[in-house]
Amino acid sequence: MIGSAQDPEQAPVSREEVEQVALLCRLEIDDGEARELAAQMSAVLSHAAALLSLDTSGVDPTAHPLPLVNVLRTDEVRESLAQGDVLSQAPDVEAGRFRVPPVRRRQPEEP
Amino acid sequence: MAKTIEAIVAGVRSGEIDPVALVDQHLKLIEENEPSTNAFITVLADHARQKAGEIASRVAAGDPVGRLAGVPVAVKDNLCLRGAPTTCASRILEHWHPPYDATVLSRLLAEDAIIVGKTNMDEFAMGSSTEHSARGPTHNPRDMTRVPGGSSGGSAAAVAARFAQAALGSDTGGSIRQPAAFCGVVGLKPTYGLVSRYGLVAFASSLDQVGPLAGSVADAALLLEIIAGHDHMDSTSLDAPAPRLAGQAADSAEGLSIGIVRELSDGADPEVKRRLDEAAESLERAGARVESCSIPEVSYALPAYYLLAPAEASSNLARYDGVRYGLRVNAADTPTMNARTRSVGFGAEVKRRIMLGTYALRAGYYDAYYGQAQRVRTLLIRAFDAAYERYDALLSPTAPTTAFRLKERVEDPIAMYLSDVCTIPSNLAGHPAISVPFGTGEAGMPVGVQVMAPALAEAVMVRVATILEQAAP
Amino acid sequence: MSAYGSERQRRREGGARDYEGFECVVGLEVHCELLTATKLFCGCKNAFGDEPNTNTCPVCLGLPGSLPVLNGHAVELAMRIGLALNCTVQPSIFHRKNYFYPDMPKDYQISQYDIPINTDGYLDLPSGARVGIVRAHIEEDTGKTTHSGGGGRIHDAMYSLVDYNRAGVPLVEIVSEPDIRSGEQAREYVSELRAVLVAVGASDGRMEEGSLRVDANVSVRRPGEPFGTRCEIKNLNSLRSLGRAVDYETRRQVDLLVSGGAVAQETRHWDEQAGHTVVMRSKEEAEDYRYFPEPDLVPLAPDAAWQERISRAMAPLPAGRRRALLDSVGAEGPAMVERVATVVAQDLDGYVMAAVDAGAPGALALSRAANELAAACAEDASLLDALEPGHFASLVAMEARGDLTATQAKAVLAEMLTSGEPPEAIASRKGFEALDPGSLRRAVEEVVAANSAEWERYKEGEAKMAQFFVGQVMKATRQKADGKAVMALLADLLRGSAGAP
Repeated sequence: MIGSAQDPEQAPVSREEVEQVALLCRLEIDDGEARELAAQMSAVLSHAAALLSLDTSGVDPTAHPLPLVNVLRTDEVRESLAQGDVLSQAPDVEAGRFRVPPVRRRQPEEP
Repeated sequence: MAKTIEAIVAGVRSGEIDPVALVDQHLKLIEENEPSTNAFITVLADHARQKAGEIASRVAAGDPVGRLAGVPVAVKDNLCLRGAPTTCASRILEHWHPPYDATVLSRLLAEDAIIVGKTNMDEFAMGSSTEHSARGPTHNPRDMTRVPGGSSGGSAAAVAARFAQAALGSDTGGSIRQPAAFCGVVGLKPTYGLVSRYGLVAFASSLDQVGPLAGSVADAALLLEIIAGHDHMDSTSLDAPAPRLAGQAADSAEGLSIGIVRELSDGADPEVKRRLDEAAESLERAGARVESCSIPEVSYALPAYYLLAPAEASSNLARYDGVRYGLRVNAADTPTMNARTRSVGFGAEVKRRIMLGTYALRAGYYDAYYGQAQRVRTLLIRAFDAAYERYDALLSPTAPTTAFRLKERVEDPIAMYLSDVCTIPSNLAGHPAISVPFGTGEAGMPVGVQVMAPALAEAVMVRVATILEQAAP
Repeated sequence: MSAYGSERQRRREGGARDYEGFECVVGLEVHCELLTATKLFCGCKNAFGDEPNTNTCPVCLGLPGSLPVLNGHAVELAMRIGLALNCTVQPSIFHRKNYFYPDMPKDYQISQYDIPINTDGYLDLPSGARVGIVRAHIEEDTGKTTHSGGGGRIHDAMYSLVDYNRAGVPLVEIVSEPDIRSGEQAREYVSELRAVLVAVGASDGRMEEGSLRVDANVSVRRPGEPFGTRCEIKNLNSLRSLGRAVDYETRRQVDLLVSGGAVAQETRHWDEQAGHTVVMRSKEEAEDYRYFPEPDLVPLAPDAAWQERISRAMAPLPAGRRRALLDSVGAEGPAMVERVATVVAQDLDGYVMAAVDAGAPGALALSRAANELAAACAEDASLLDALEPGHFASLVAMEARGDLTATQAKAVLAEMLTSGEPPEAIASRKGFEALDPGSLRRAVEEVVAANSAEWERYKEGEAKMAQFFVGQVMKATRQKADGKAVMALLADLLRGSAGAP
């Protein structure tokens, strides 16, 4: 999972990568958008080139600006929302549940 | 000179000010000028009048009223409020009604503030001009052909246009301070963790903070006092008492040492730099030691931000999938439904950032992009720590330019991103910063000066800001 | 019968299955729903079987603006699990695992990734094997999706329905090293792990309700060679499914290799009815989870004092209880070990200990607990509610003294379970006073005298006639006689008559 990319400076974002990323984040994009996104993403990454090549060995990452640890809640039941309130915002509902189309893709992605 | 919140509340309590009349006065201004300004997504006229009536009867009955009694406040449309839609200026949440109140709004309401409306913004707070809104752009009340800044452009415009006495916004990379500067109002981003994020629709969780926009430093400080403080619903909420800020004496800067960050000033427009120099002189006149200083690491803040914030956003915005609430565009299967819904529901800038963030988090790329940005964040914090050993506060322009014209940058993401170059470092460090109006530029547009301070040093920051406010041309 | 009981039996029947020189290599991932009152990150009830979408709130529905706050008791249970599995309990953080699925309200799961709370432990199995534990980390459960139309199967569903009551329920995922070598050993591991989880109060152990869910990573290799390509098997809802699925999958992979094929890395679904695994998704379809540190939560840093407090408060674990019970009854040998295992698995060791403490013979107490009590328990665990340890001790003592025969003791015990009365009262009501040695001898002599033809055959060496006489004496004494005592008297009479002129 955690590994190093190819030299990011030398690797502008390709159309194929854009399409692969769009699949991961569930966005439908057409050819024009894919082209434009590839260019824009490449531009942002090239702007970050100096940062990406900075030597940060031995530097701990900051996930968070806070020094907090062990923020815990007591195991006490609090009132839940009424089922009606939960479902009232839903696009489609059946038998107290959220209804969705089949969860598997019907056919493989069109090329 | 406009009344301060303190004066309004005193007037309401004494009966000199009728809260209903005060609200009507604001609603009338909204009615007249909102169509051209577009500062609001939802105006809560009925709610506001009703709440004002309640406060009036309580005053009449001799019952106590809160520290914001009768004060009309506008809140950004990414803060959840029961009984009103929360849209984040996105099609994907067009009709969503949250079943709960954001903690900051509960605290405003508990002090008897009157929420007059939910303000326009860049979609999901991603933008610097309030042009990326599904409800159309907000116009800058100081010049309707210009942007109000963003993403809290609606809140800044609402205060500048006197639609509300004060407003709440959210600041992830400058979204309170930059529009405050563009509209000529005060904008304050608190220390990360000082104000609860519960009920703030997330953009980039490790950077987001709610904060006030107001006509004066004192009003902003009072509002911060009220919304700050520990919240058990937010794990990243600091267990520290709310700072005491209001009513501080700020007649002297004696003993203060202030650094002007060269890396954030050198690239600014001459009209902005000129005002910054004047601001520095005024602090010196008030007794502070002011000098130019260098923090080279701040140059890395903008690119680090454009890796970190989109990465967190790509995850935070995954939930808008058409299953539980908000927009759904139907399709034969759920993955296609998700994708179609998101493609129709999100605007171009949001999609751009989701794509960029997803790209940066992929297996094999995480360490080079997200991990590297996090390590640079550490370097930046260390550099700030070193600077704060020498200075009590740091000074810079809030933005390199004054408000630009509508449509000028909307097609050029990089140019748009550059307008946050001065504000982003404080978000990455989790430090507080405030933008104070300090005169105008050549076209008569306001210039904002930013005061930065170390974590939880809001008091020093407010003191410096107050001196600047008093000295402002 | 305990899982390893049948394993042992199978070994007696001819050892490990024949996989043509291959051995199977199994690592298990066990998801344990924690026994908390509330969910992992919000105050909604952690309950099974409620009306759909009634135990939900902005947090577990992933509504915009909501934030997670970690349940302290869930952390404590996770630490108990870690300590019970001999893990290192360490400072940890949470990550987001990003993928889209409608049962996941935020479309990411909050889980622990490369810095989990528990690492590097092990679990010793009753059969003696040690299985390494890679990690035991905290994560949130997903909601439940029901597939409608197309016979409820995911592939043919017309649409699906989602209930988020389970979304956000706290889980600990326990990942074993690939140390398991058979379907039976996989069962033994899960069975023992379940006992540990129940003992520390972390789980109710109900696999059928999904409280414990198991995924198996199965590969095959020739012993000593590197690991082969593995397949992950899902949908293992019972110990039986687990054992069958591992055996099936091993056979499938061995057959593939033997016929010159190769195993493909994939996720497979166990079909319990059909008794086989089918492919769910291939490696190419594997998600990119885009893990990154969860910015809405802060790190967990359990200090030594906290760990110490939890460690001190922990109930004894099954392995320790088994050791204590073995020591206490002074038993030895495989049969005894098996009985001890059964007794501890059924939580009956308290009864045996009480009997031993009261001076009753341990082996007899163990036998009554492992057989009669365990059988009653299997039928209806609530039957034990009426049984007082002191009463059980008295019963065993009565039987040991010869006041009750084995048959009588079992009858009394059965009634004790329903009435809760002391054994003395039941025995006396049933007329189960023991015969004194004199009247028993008289009864035997009378039966012998009345059946002289049969006695002659017995004298001629027809050993099975002994059973006839025991039966007759039992009948004559209304079951009061002790079979062993009757046998002794018969042998005595035989010697006496042989010695007569």
